[in-house]
Amino acid sequence: MYAQLVETGVKRIKSLEEMSPEERNFQEKIDAEIKIEAKNWMPEAYRQTLIRQISQHAHSEIVGMLPEGNWVTRAPSLKRKLQLMAKIQDEAGHGLYLYSAMETLGADRDEEIAKLHSGKAKYSSIFNYPTLSWADMGAVGWLVDGAAIVNQVVLQRTSYGPYSRAMIRICKEESFHQRQGYEMLLTMMRQGTQAQREMVQDAINRLWWPALMMFGPSDEHSPNSAQSMAWKIKRQTNDELRQRFIDQTVPQLELLGCTAPDPALKWNAERGHYDFGEIQWDEFYEVIKGNGPCNQERVATRRNAIESGAWVREAAVAYARKQQNKNAA
Amino acid sequence: MHKEALVPYLLLLGDSALVQGQRLCEWCGRAPAIEEELALMNVGLDLVGQARNWLEYAAELLDDGRDADALAFRRDERAYRNLLLVEQPNGDFAVTMAKQFLYDAWHFAVLQGLAESADARIAGIAAKALKEVTYHLRRSGEWVQRLGGGTEESRQRMLAAIPALWRFTVELSAASDHEVRLANAGIAADPVAVGAAWLKQVAAIFASVELPLPKAASHFYLDGRKGLHTEHLGLLLAEMQFLPRAYPDATW
Repeated sequence: MYAQLVETGVKRIKSLEEMSPEERNFQEKIDAEIKIEAKNWMPEAYRQTLIRQISQHAHSEIVGMLPEGNWVTRAPSLKRKLQLMAKIQDEAGHGLYLYSAMETLGADRDEEIAKLHSGKAKYSSIFNYPTLSWADMGAVGWLVDGAAIVNQVVLQRTSYGPYSRAMIRICKEESFHQRQGYEMLLTMMRQGTQAQREMVQDAINRLWWPALMMFGPSDEHSPNSAQSMAWKIKRQTNDELRQRFIDQTVPQLELLGCTAPDPALKWNAERGHYDFGEIQWDEFYEVIKGNGPCNQERVATRRNAIESGAWVREAAVAYARKQQNKNAA
Repeated sequence: MHKEALVPYLLLLGDSALVQGQRLCEWCGRAPAIEEELALMNVGLDLVGQARNWLEYAAELLDDGRDADALAFRRDERAYRNLLLVEQPNGDFAVTMAKQFLYDAWHFAVLQGLAESADARIAGIAAKALKEVTYHLRRSGEWVQRLGGGTEESRQRMLAAIPALWRFTVELSAASDHEVRLANAGIAADPVAVGAAWLKQVAAIFASVELPLPKAASHFYLDGRKGLHTEHLGLLLAEMQFLPRAYPDATW
């Protein structure tokens, strides 16, 4: 999940009877699965929640370029280098696409990016973990993009039209990345050396839990979920999605010949699901608060890119203005 | 037949595209706008793809058990044949764009020639690459104009970038003896025509925003075609080649 802990600012969900006629009309549309479009009336809290969620999602795509960018100059073959470059390029494109969707809600891209740089806006906790070996590129593709897809597939049915359409488009590319990431790991495990197999297992050990955290806090600690679900911004709870991810990922893990760093992970025939151990929620909240391993570096890199590029953007604006004047004259 | 002459020429084309692509990778996450993240990675992706095509052909001709990856990741700097221009550090965005433009203008002229090559394999690779480089040249030329004709600061930065790079342009109108032979056989691009087309393109873009055109650079000691590089290439390769060097038996 690329957007975790999105505040709705709503303490209690109103019943239809408590709503104003506008609100009731809106909620009935939602209940009838009619997409909300940019010019439709919507509760202010719905608008703000979506701005927060879509901007978090967009920020995640952009910050998410950094852990992979860390290895793009060191990719071990021309094929892998090309794959990684194509993936990073897609992510920048996803970021642009999501910022556009967000702007249909009346938000300003530059303002929202400034919030990211000041630490006010969040992005996915996963990108605060360092990429320490090449195997991390495969593990990020497989686990991180895999977790993102589980979330985004559901978001294709989210109630806000522009967001839903962005998700449909983005999902196509993400599934491709995920398969590619898994294939990288499979190649290392099946055709690689012992050192490479150890590299893969080590990457899984480090990224397994952070990937599970991408779905956000457990349902009992997710106060904003109920309203987001009532508005059908969210379609399934954090824990449901996390369970689905684990259920589909464990067989892939076994196919790799690797293990998860979770002694409690076990098939539960009665439930028809895998049981798994407790997430380190302290770590999750620390990372979300800005105290993860790479939070400072990630934000500093992005802030620096935009600040040190200001003169370039100013030049582009000045030149465009001069050309316009010239054409008008 | 032309193998002895052709391999170094393919390496000049492939290594230059690869090293330029590698430099663009260094920009990842650091560009002045998200649109530029996309564009820089897009251009880099095209170039690394082209490098792979040239190096695959070179490896087939060499026929010594090495493939394109071995050529890219296991050759030292003395065996690299890229233009000196492309191995220069990225510097600020003005340096990066000036470098890209000077290279693109050369690359475009070379590929135009190569698309007509008597060697069908070369003509095929070049025809595909030419489509990509047409876009690269348009984009980098526009950035030279925007920065050269934008604000006072951007103009000063572009005015500083050009002389820092200019001495390496001597290689863009130069040719080795084997290149001349290949050109005479209709296989390589004609170096004289390339040099003239390059200068015309550069002069036109510079003139459009009143950037002074320096006088022709002259040769001095360094020569990418002979593997005589600046000190920048060794570091670039150390980073790029680390994994295949550290794990020589690995399959990625």
